[in-house]
Amino acid sequence: MSIWDTTAGHVVVVFAEALALLVPLLIMVAYLTYAERKVLAAIQMRRGPNVVGPFGLLQPFADALKMVMKETVIPEGANRALFLLAPMLTFALAMVAWAVIPLNAGWAIADINVGVLYLFGISSLGVYGIIIAGWASNSKYAFLGAMRSAAQMVSYEVSMGFVIVSVLLVAGSLNLTAIVEAQKTVWFCVPLFPMFIVFFISTLAETNRTPFDLPEGESELVAGFMVEYSSMSYALFFLGEYANMILMSGITTILFLGGWMGPFNILPVLGPLWFVLKVCFLLFVFIWVRGTFPRYRYDQLMRLGWKVFLPASLVWLVITAGVLLATGTLPTPA
Amino acid sequence: MVPTVFFYLFAVVLVFCAAMVVTARNPVHSVLFLIAAFFNAAGLFLIAGAEFLAFILVIVYVGAVAVLFLFVVMMLDVDFAQLRGGFQRYLPVGVAVGVLLLAELVFVMAGWQFHPGMPQLRFAPTPAGVSNTVALGNLIYTKYVLLFQTAGLVLLVAMIGAIVLTLRDRRTSRHQSIAVQVARNADNTMELLDVRLGAGIDMDAILRPKVIEPDGIDDDPLDPPQGGPPHGGHHPAGAHHGPEGR
Repeated sequence: MSIWDTTAGHVVVVFAEALALLVPLLIMVAYLTYAERKVLAAIQMRRGPNVVGPFGLLQPFADALKMVMKETVIPEGANRALFLLAPMLTFALAMVAWAVIPLNAGWAIADINVGVLYLFGISSLGVYGIIIAGWASNSKYAFLGAMRSAAQMVSYEVSMGFVIVSVLLVAGSLNLTAIVEAQKTVWFCVPLFPMFIVFFISTLAETNRTPFDLPEGESELVAGFMVEYSSMSYALFFLGEYANMILMSGITTILFLGGWMGPFNILPVLGPLWFVLKVCFLLFVFIWVRGTFPRYRYDQLMRLGWKVFLPASLVWLVITAGVLLATGTLPTPA
Repeated sequence: MVPTVFFYLFAVVLVFCAAMVVTARNPVHSVLFLIAAFFNAAGLFLIAGAEFLAFILVIVYVGAVAVLFLFVVMMLDVDFAQLRGGFQRYLPVGVAVGVLLLAELVFVMAGWQFHPGMPQLRFAPTPAGVSNTVALGNLIYTKYVLLFQTAGLVLLVAMIGAIVLTLRDRRTSRHQSIAVQVARNADNTMELLDVRLGAGIDMDAILRPKVIEPDGIDDDPLDPPQGGPPHGGHHPAGAHHGPEGR
């Protein structure tokens, strides 16, 4: 029995795996901020960051250094403990979810039976960071932002849930690896195309991105729930938001874009690279949307969530189940 | 060994959080302790091998129910001194309710009959070779489908009840009709006028958005039926406008 089969050995291995995943992830988060500025600049016919380092490539690190050097200001009347807990919670949740994401066949740190439920549960907790931040700041703008965010995220989770259920119906498993394997013949974004669109728009709402960034709403709420934050605690919110974007793109990739499989199964050697490429494509769309669409009004946001997406995903769920049953392709439990 | 340690960890923290829910002075802290309690209960489910229940608990209670709890509690303007005030006065009532619930629990427990094979079943919560999600699904959708559907109907009735109680369509509330908005074009949003010097125009008639009637007739107060130069003043304000508060 080697040392890696003992309990202590397992712990060490898991830690090493987590590091091997989180370090590249954090670098990706840093460069996502850079990519966003560059892409937005290109859309607006500007140059974007180009001073720090070649092509401005060191800009994210300069920004990080600036954030760390700043003073943490805790407003008077704020609930200290919760005020500091909120950004950590947001950031930690965005990291924790990666435990079950398989970057390649068998590469997930924890390949659990109910991976989809784990992801859905963790992403539904994201709202707490925001709502606690808004309340603990003891500021009306922050609170309004938190209220908006809570209502928005709860609303869009409902339709996301139904989208996930229709994917599960087709895949016949709650295990993420099995869901990707089920897309060997055709990616789910083809037969479930409307659900793919609904899911992607819902992820925009879940991550509070444009055109659903009402919780921040800088023109009316200054910066919404993070108006009172500064320095590292602000940076954690910022990193959390971008890490969440990457996470949501990862989930979309697994559920709809065939995870680590290339189009028509070409070059299966490139597994994780295909995954990263698909995530990058989705992230580009995130930024593209931000550069293109104006912000929704609050009642329009609610209308879209409850009156359009929810009935549409329900109907599509019934259609999916009906077609699977009629053609006898309903997956049976293993 | 490791599961035992985690069991006691989750159990102790769960009991502590549950106690804090009722003793914390700040109601928001109470709700947060409740959430922590849910988490530890989910941990206990995981140790028992019921991962589906564990994640459903987190998704439903922590991800949805507790968010709304927190939402409401944060918006309440609670006066803590007043909250503590009536403690002495309401104590007998509280104790009475507590005793009643305890008595009911005792009656229910006294009537419990254990299946002879239960001690064995406790150690194997799911049938062999089947994940507990599948096992649960098989039970709920076959053996207990009637109970399951009845529970769903009860929830539906509760939901409709809540909607009936709270939904009121105020006459002043303005609804957006996307179809009407999309159907608008330059003809019924903009008007180019040739105004005689000093004559002025009826601003009221211009600034009001023109209403597209359902039958397709464009009700336009500024369009004189028999031609002639358009000028304000001849149309009584509001006479031709469609219903307010669309």
